[in-house]
Amino acid sequence: MSIRRHPEEYWRGVRDGAPFVLVVCPFALLFGVVATESGLDLTQTMGMSVLVIAGAAQFATLQLLAEQAPLVVAVLTGLAVNLRMAMYSASLTPHLGAAPLGARALAAYFMVDQVYAMSIQRFVTAELTLGEKLAYYFGVVTPVCPLWYLCSWVGAVVGGRIPPEFALDFAVPITFIAMVAPMLRGIPNLAAAVVAVGVALVARSLPYNLGLLVAGGAGMCAGVLAERLRGEDA
Amino acid sequence: MITLSDGVLWLVILALGLGTFLIRFSFLGLAGGRSLPPWLLRLLRYVPVSILPALVAPMVAWPQATGGEPEPARLSAACAALLIGALTRHVLSAVIGGLVVLYVVLALTR
Repeated sequence: MSIRRHPEEYWRGVRDGAPFVLVVCPFALLFGVVATESGLDLTQTMGMSVLVIAGAAQFATLQLLAEQAPLVVAVLTGLAVNLRMAMYSASLTPHLGAAPLGARALAAYFMVDQVYAMSIQRFVTAELTLGEKLAYYFGVVTPVCPLWYLCSWVGAVVGGRIPPEFALDFAVPITFIAMVAPMLRGIPNLAAAVVAVGVALVARSLPYNLGLLVAGGAGMCAGVLAERLRGEDA
Repeated sequence: MITLSDGVLWLVILALGLGTFLIRFSFLGLAGGRSLPPWLLRLLRYVPVSILPALVAPMVAWPQATGGEPEPARLSAACAALLIGALTRHVLSAVIGGLVVLYVVLALTR
């Protein structure tokens, strides 16, 4: 294994991934709590955290299921939230594409936001061999992903005991806002977000809870359009 | 509250898990050095800043916990999280700030 052959890159990955514990743990705890309170049992909550391993999509699907949305819409919306990972996959391919199939499948399974962001930064700034890149990648995975499972479990176990006065229903929107706010840099990103919010509020009455998908699509188009308009100005 | 039968719920979980894996595996799996057409890459770049705000906006405007009535504590908490997140670019500070404002305003208006 590349990890054993390149321990220094592996441990560098572990160190670089460690600060994300502060983000991943509360988010996973919250997922466990919210999932249990929406009626999932411990196995289902863990099944979701282990099989999907993508917080925002898990929350989105859970929310739609609780609103009695059609199942197809609930799944499609969760997948729409995860579409950004196709972009991650494409941008990692020049770096990890030559790895054996098993390693690529494992890397794909663990392709969460923090692992992608940290790895791509290292891959483009340092001259690494394929083995070193894999070692680093799985190094970043090490502190992030197992804690995602563990904290989901803790959240699911303590979840039912948190009284409603804590208004935990609103921890989910706050977490999403906190994740998006730092990304709202520049006119195109702002345009995407503003259009998406506007359409989401207007399109709420669309049948089958399709408002979110329509609003997301509108926001993406607005972002590209704003980028193009600005590009022509320059 | 989710009222699906266990079997249906597991089907949803499996579909979401499999779909998510296929999205992640897509290009890495093909590994032919093929890359996305530029217009699609450009669209995908705006997925997080579009989908997440669109998901959150109705939850802020018409929170379920208040029976769909807009409510000052939740509105101010959302504004606080947005402001702190945009200014500090620090996710955890924004979460904590939003929760603090939520609890303070809830206590004041109760």
